[in-house]
Amino acid sequence: MPMTITEKILAAHAGKDQVVPGELINAKIDLALGNDITAPVAIREFNKIGAEDIFDRERIALVPDHFTPNKDIQSAEQAKIIRNFACKHKIVNYFDVGRMGIEHCLLPEQGLVGPGDLVIGADSHTCTYGALGAFSTGMGSTDIAAAMALGETWLKVPESIKFVFEGELKPWVSGKDLILRIIGDIGVDGALYRAMEFTGSTIENLSIDGRFTMCNMAIEAGAKNGIIPPDEITRAYVERRCRRPFKFYHSDPDAKYAQVYRYDATEIEPQVAFPHMPENSRPVSEAGYVEIDQSVIGSCTNGRIEDLRVAAKVLKGKQVHKNVRLIILPGTQDIYLQALKEGLIEVFIKAGAAVSTPTCGPCLGGHMGILASGERCIATTNRNFVGRMGHLESEIYLSNPAVAAASSIRGRIVGPWEVE
Amino acid sequence: MEIRGKSWRFGSDVDTDAIIPARYLNTSDPAELAAHCMEGAVPSFPSGFKTGDIFVAGKNFGCGSSREHAPIAIKAAGVSCVIAGTFARIFYRNAFNIGLPIFESVEAAEDILEGDELAVAADTGVITNLTTGKTYASAPVPPFMQEIIAAGGLINYVANKFK
Ligand code: SF4
Repeated sequence: MPMTITEKILAAHAGKDQVVPGELINAKIDLALGNDITAPVAIREFNKIGAEDIFDRERIALVPDHFTPNKDIQSAEQAKIIRNFACKHKIVNYFDVGRMGIEHCLLPEQGLVGPGDLVIGADSHTCTYGALGAFSTGMGSTDIAAAMALGETWLKVPESIKFVFEGELKPWVSGKDLILRIIGDIGVDGALYRAMEFTGSTIENLSIDGRFTMCNMAIEAGAKNGIIPPDEITRAYVERRCRRPFKFYHSDPDAKYAQVYRYDATEIEPQVAFPHMPENSRPVSEAGYVEIDQSVIGSCTNGRIEDLRVAAKVLKGKQVHKNVRLIILPGTQDIYLQALKEGLIEVFIKAGAAVSTPTCGPCLGGHMGILASGERCIATTNRNFVGRMGHLESEIYLSNPAVAAASSIRGRIVGPWEVE
Repeated sequence: MEIRGKSWRFGSDVDTDAIIPARYLNTSDPAELAAHCMEGAVPSFPSGFKTGDIFVAGKNFGCGSSREHAPIAIKAAGVSCVIAGTFARIFYRNAFNIGLPIFESVEAAEDILEGDELAVAADTGVITNLTTGKTYASAPVPPFMQEIIAAGGLINYVANKFK
């Protein structure tokens, strides 16, 4: 029977020849992930299980990235729980401040995730790794606690929806715009419980960083996972990094999909998602006159080197508007270093931006750029829910890095062509 | 087991930042989380709420982050169960795992008004609106989930394997 890439990966990890949507399976996991918010709860639950040890000290990743470097005493206590647990169980992939990065930028970069893997994480954006042709999905802390003990988890095989993009992208259009466009079309529950598979010539030509961005936001449509067929671009990324053998899976041509959406990518413009849902997206040219107080470039969605290069291209030789705070957060230490080598950090600082060590920070209203009442922020992050970045009466607009950079120069939401 | 309580209504797409804003996630203490439950939501935590009352919401309840702190906060605040048209999938899993009963029914979610007295039969999932007399069947709980509930939550279920 024909299967999709998602079904094939799930079948392989459940030790089965085939699986069908709706089927409940027990699957072996390649990696389980927790962060400074979710891991303390997972550890508390793990300790109740009565297991002597974790299932594999190389297959658990702990990344304190949300409130770190510790923003207050309580966060420090949470981080300490993880540090002690990592030490006690000799967890290899524990990344403390200084080596830490935003988890979903860090894990692929460090070669901890590869094509064909099955990864679960106590973080909803674990779906990011689908960009490498892996099945990865977010769960809660208790699920991760169980997985840390067992090395397996139960899953319901999702139906798949296919999104086919054909044609060349316009200048300044990126993976962010494709996914914002999709969410605008299908809504924040448009892919509830399902797999989103992104294909077509546009995706085949999309950079690996653009692919991470797309799969990252699959959860914003309610999906279980996002996935992109692995190819030579994938191979070029994973070959130097992956610490374990990897396997490419592809959907059969006659695999079954719940729905198929087709897009002419040549017509898609940079998008902006208006408050307070990612589904409120529209082309930036239709944004109207929206003044902003802050611009944030970073996060697990758009904190990678390509994102910083685009931002620097827009900001080079320009000044951030006097009424705007521009905050730039490289996703990992390696990305930070690379940006430094390429002179991007200098461009940012000369333009008047604040550049931070890697952290989730303002993305979830944690620290490093909280909004006051009535303030507006344009951000390359993934959620613009009420109060996500601070005060309940603040507003978040989501965009790609070029739009966020250009808007920081103009003081209102504009496309990058308006500051060229 | 029957759950009885008054209904408190919320809209659709109630996200986890609304249920428990991230600024309170520097702790995982249920009582502290409960103190800030629904602080990001409009409407916020109902003032006349009595322990055992029921939340009723539209579609996609609990969308957004995977924070288990969301169902923990709701449960610790004394909410006996949540009825919604649909639940976001991570929230759905988390609720079962931590033992917050949830029931999916599009019809019930549409019909039930704020302040209606409800009775929910936890084993059959039948929701009765005592104020109007109408009954609703909720979506069946997958068999594997039933095993988890029967064991008293996922951790007990897994702990049994290690005994
Ligand atoms: S950057 Fe934002 S969305 Fe990504 S993991 Fe951190 S808090 Fe979550």
